[in-house]
Amino acid sequence: MNRINLPKPPALLSPLGWCAFLSFVLLLAVLVPILNLYLPVDHVLHVSDFAVSLVGKIMCFAICALAMDLIWGYTGILSLGHGLFFALGGYAMGMYLMRQIGLDGNYKSELPDFMVFLNWKTLPWHWYFSDSFVATLLLVVLAPGLLALVFGYFAFRSRIKGVYFSIITQAMTFAFMLLFFRNETGFGGNNGFTDFKRVLDMTIATPSTRMVLFVLTASTLLGFYLFARWLIQSKYGRVLQAIRDAESRLMFCGYSPLPYKLSIWVISAVMCGVAGALYVPQVGIINPSEMSPANSIEIAVWAAVGGRGSLLGPILGAFMVNGAKSWLTVVAPEFWLYVLGALFIAVTLFMPEGVLGLWNKARLAWLSKGVSS
Amino acid sequence: MWTARIRLSFVFLFTCLSLSAAQALTPTQALGLVQGETDKRLEVLNQALQEADASTAVFLQAMADDLVKLAGTQVFIVREGKAYDPVTSAEVGLTQAAEDVVSNNRMRGEIDAALAALRLLSPDGSIRFQAAMALAKEPDAAKLPLINKALKDETNAQVKTALVLAKAAMAISVSDPQERLQAAQTLGQAKSPEAQLLLNQQLSMETDPQVKSQITASLATIKAALAWGERLGVVFTGISLGSILLLVALGLAITYGLMGVINMAHGELMMVGAYATYVVQVMFRQYLPNAFDWYLLAALPMAFLTAAVVGAALERSVLRFLYGRPLETLLATWGISLILMQAVRTLFGAQNVAVENPSWMSGGIQVLANLSLPWNRIFIVLFALAVLMGMSLLISQTRLGLFVRGVTQNRAIASCMGVNTARIDTYAFALGSGIAGLAGCALSQIGNVGPDLGQGYIVDAFMVVVLGGVGQLAGTVYAALGLGVMNKFLEGWTGAVLAKIAVLVFIIVFIQKRPQGLFAMKGRSAEA
Amino acid sequence: MDLYDPLRVGTSLAKVKERSPQGAFLLNLERLGVFLMLNRRTHLKTLAAAAALVSGSLTLSIAHAADTIKVGVLHSLSGTMAISETVLKDTVLMAIDEINAKGGVLGKKLEPVVVDPASNWPLFAEKTKQLLGQDKVAVIFGCWTSVSRKSVLPVVEEMNGLLFYPVQYEGEELSKNVFYTGAAPNQQAIPAVDYLMSKDGGAAKRWVLLGTDYVYPRTTNKILRAYLISKGVKESDIDEKYTPFGHSDYQTIVADIKKFSAGGKTAVVSTINGDSNVPFYKELGNAGLKAKDVPVVAFSVGEEELRGLDTKPLVGHLAAWNYFQSIKNPTNDAFIKKWSAYAKAKGIAGHKDKPLTNDPMEATYIGINMWKQAVEKAKSTDVDKVIAAMAGQTFAAPSGITSKMDEKNHHLHKSVFIGEIKADGQFNVVWKTPGPVKAKPWSPYIPGNDVKPDEPVKK
Repeated sequence: MNRINLPKPPALLSPLGWCAFLSFVLLLAVLVPILNLYLPVDHVLHVSDFAVSLVGKIMCFAICALAMDLIWGYTGILSLGHGLFFALGGYAMGMYLMRQIGLDGNYKSELPDFMVFLNWKTLPWHWYFSDSFVATLLLVVLAPGLLALVFGYFAFRSRIKGVYFSIITQAMTFAFMLLFFRNETGFGGNNGFTDFKRVLDMTIATPSTRMVLFVLTASTLLGFYLFARWLIQSKYGRVLQAIRDAESRLMFCGYSPLPYKLSIWVISAVMCGVAGALYVPQVGIINPSEMSPANSIEIAVWAAVGGRGSLLGPILGAFMVNGAKSWLTVVAPEFWLYVLGALFIAVTLFMPEGVLGLWNKARLAWLSKGVSS
Repeated sequence: MWTARIRLSFVFLFTCLSLSAAQALTPTQALGLVQGETDKRLEVLNQALQEADASTAVFLQAMADDLVKLAGTQVFIVREGKAYDPVTSAEVGLTQAAEDVVSNNRMRGEIDAALAALRLLSPDGSIRFQAAMALAKEPDAAKLPLINKALKDETNAQVKTALVLAKAAMAISVSDPQERLQAAQTLGQAKSPEAQLLLNQQLSMETDPQVKSQITASLATIKAALAWGERLGVVFTGISLGSILLLVALGLAITYGLMGVINMAHGELMMVGAYATYVVQVMFRQYLPNAFDWYLLAALPMAFLTAAVVGAALERSVLRFLYGRPLETLLATWGISLILMQAVRTLFGAQNVAVENPSWMSGGIQVLANLSLPWNRIFIVLFALAVLMGMSLLISQTRLGLFVRGVTQNRAIASCMGVNTARIDTYAFALGSGIAGLAGCALSQIGNVGPDLGQGYIVDAFMVVVLGGVGQLAGTVYAALGLGVMNKFLEGWTGAVLAKIAVLVFIIVFIQKRPQGLFAMKGRSAEA
Repeated sequence: MDLYDPLRVGTSLAKVKERSPQGAFLLNLERLGVFLMLNRRTHLKTLAAAAALVSGSLTLSIAHAADTIKVGVLHSLSGTMAISETVLKDTVLMAIDEINAKGGVLGKKLEPVVVDPASNWPLFAEKTKQLLGQDKVAVIFGCWTSVSRKSVLPVVEEMNGLLFYPVQYEGEELSKNVFYTGAAPNQQAIPAVDYLMSKDGGAAKRWVLLGTDYVYPRTTNKILRAYLISKGVKESDIDEKYTPFGHSDYQTIVADIKKFSAGGKTAVVSTINGDSNVPFYKELGNAGLKAKDVPVVAFSVGEEELRGLDTKPLVGHLAAWNYFQSIKNPTNDAFIKKWSAYAKAKGIAGHKDKPLTNDPMEATYIGINMWKQAVEKAKSTDVDKVIAAMAGQTFAAPSGITSKMDEKNHHLHKSVFIGEIKADGQFNVVWKTPGPVKAKPWSPYIPGNDVKPDEPVKK
């Protein structure tokens, strides 16, 4: 009797990979907190609060880029509406933070300030349970997840693909943006949520709370990275790549792409939602312009610049693009948009596999030259 | 035209009134009209009206046109750099310290009413009619004797009705309830919004029950008569919005439908066209100020050419390497749009720039009593139709159109037939961009021209193209008009935001049911 | 284009070089160069990031040694708000040049630190952290929209910074670390409505409150509604409408206004934001709604917004501000002259040919001069000392009055001017308050405000 020897799935990370991973864990979860909290401010190695909040913010973006890579780099679905899921997670957390302000707002009322000036007397239905942290965590996962489930089910069932799909995701995020800009919707309108005081009864504005959020974001990013890696290396991941490469052929082989596409779509939406929930306490404000089509397109460019189709690439891309943005809007604000625009063009024309792809090619070229000479 | 007639009528007025030995405008009156508290000025105005003559009328007209200046106690009328004394009409030297005379809204309204009263005796029938209608809008009991006098000698039937209306407008608030009843009935016959306003104002102060019921009945008559005007108004606004969507989406339909290129920089190409219009306007203002009204005719080809050139440059440099990769073109064109926006900000500044409508596009045409269609929107509807006709003729009748259709349907075979597909791509993209430029030119007439012009329309353009289906112009037309009318109908009920959201949700749902859009290209692709 | 070898290093030249040991060395150098160049972007970016991290701590030592006083400028230079905010950045720079030319403050020159938050609200908070934490600025002049101010507020309060906010706003806020040089609703909205109710203003009986959907129009309309009802106007005579940002199709709204105005003499109070006013006024003009029939008073339309508009059909419509360019007095003449010269010298787009000044520019100018006076009075740039010294500061404002910073409530006393649009895009001042009006940041028309103190509450 012959047994078919299926290939063993590779280990999650190579030993070198584990070393690198653990060193990042040490760096982010141990070294940075020490350098920030326990060193005096004018020490050369002190990591400033500004740097902590900036890197924390960029890590949230990196999670989004990773999520985008899962659906675009590996499944071939370009979504131009992922900013919506990010914002929904952020709003869910924002509602909790607004409730946590308690009676310390401008009007000393139990209701958030913006409801008082709209003359509302009670909390609207979608604010029930917003004072419970557990319920908020559930909402952070459920709100983007359910929306993604419903939208994705109908879209993928009708086999909407490619450009059409991207455009209707744009329509979706645009419609929600308009909805949230309305003050009557009960999400603060254009002002959004701001002026947060506490989370879980810890004051937000202290370095220790900020560091806790930083470490939490770092561990989420690293955790999601491992999770994504495990997904991609499994059989599930292979089917996803098959959907990207030749969907019709996959269908003819007997697989239905619908459950695969739907599940990865929901997973990536939830990842973005979690990133949004971590983003809001660190930045201190959420407002409907996070849902603008431009923001979602930027997420796609982070993944593209770094290198979609690899998992490290989008993280790298998010850091590079956002780092450049922070730097250029100080040094040469008029040039930032030129640089961003040129980046889009350069990436699609010259670096279809992103910076990581370029690095790989260069490494290959250097190695093979060394060999051939 | 209007000013010439006024001048003519004043000559006659002068002869008429001088024969009736009226007193002329005095310097104290002129001074009293241009300075001091509005109440005092109005007293002087009424006084001057009683003793009116030609010079009073000329002076009042000058005040209405903001041509009067004051220096200390001397009053001037300034025309074309020369100053005239209002009493003697002789030319005088203009003092340096002369300042513009300031009139607020109320003063201006009263001056217009006074001028209307003076014009009641003009020999020209249409001027008398205009004057009577103006007086009906702003009833003032002090002018009643003038109206009665004019009514006695009136022969023109149209003017007579207008005068009766004006009289009723003044009679609506007198003390005698019988007269008020009569006035309410007359106003009900007028079926105009002005009559409605007067009746409503009276209703809030009315005490007599009989007059009250008559006023309510008259209001109901007017409302029924005006209802049609409202409905047609909504339809027109829908068609107007639809025509704008059509112009915006047509270029996109060509580039996407015929070439598979998703152009996120489409809005910026429109912006390029709008800025080209602005530049042409500035040139005309500087070098050809007399022909300023016709700058649009020069701006249209300029907008088309500029946008087409920019589009062709884009296609040659960036997009030609991205065919067959629609998602990459999306990102690359988004990057181009950012660069174009920032380039315009650097060149022209981040501020909006002023594009003035030529005079034949300002104002509107009064179709019904409560329906006034603005000229600029009518022209844009006609323009959109013209562009559509031109496009379809180009596509169906010319060689270029034939090649474009061939390349769309089957690129490989068209190439085998000897069609230079690369050049056709460039031409087609330039054509789509040029139409975007024309859309930008149209948009400059109704809204802002600034670096963000394109961003406001890009989502709408995409929705129209996606809804209408790829490859067919008919789909774009139906989708644009349908979305425009639907949006405007919903807006009446739910407000602008919810209407827009409802339209977006509708599109999302529609695409689920019919992914290929309204009019789809028939084919046997497994992807369809 | 060969992605494998874009720099064409593997050419015959390289092959020649590799035949000799020196050549081999050079070739390896070249390869290293290729490697570095191909990865230039990665290297540069990582270097930049590292530099940013290190310089963060290093800047601290540098800042102490400088003998300039740093002034932060936090206005959007790109994005949707750039239209309004870029000119305020230039006003601050002009005022700084002027102060430096007179010898600076406390013997030190002022050094502007200009950042661009790009109309992105979270970026406002980040840039504020940077200005206060990294650059250690003594004061920030910035913000325009309420949401940008609200996102900056927690940062400025936590880091004990100082913000001067020059734009008219909705009130309902009073922070110890902010000085509000723009108008509160009782210094703009209420006098405008009073004027429209008067005979000169048209004796309006019905009111359309039209605004963009965000907090400033919402709060202003809430205050106005309460005020109108207190004056005896019926609920059915008030119509509140909101449009989204960037709304450009006002046909339906203008048709509604026409219909509503048939019910009685109507006035429109417009809190439409910024450049949405242009399509609104165009539609209004084309529909034939003249100012003497339905006057429209706007609170966000100034000389700058009228620049993009054909003002002939709009003659007679109104605006309410605390400053107009057309106000005639020597201080204003000097201010306009200074600005024209500056704009021409710096080639500021739009203003170099047609210089315009407006209310937020005047407020910015007053603010920075008052700050300078307060620093000189306190003999230090320490924030708490300057806040104490700001109380009661006066300055000869271009609007013709002596502007005074209230002793307690961090707002200026301002005169209110009502102007009618002229055909040339300037305003005719048709009415003004007899003297400066003290600000009421907590409007008495909003319930619950009567218990709020008229000074910042210590947090």
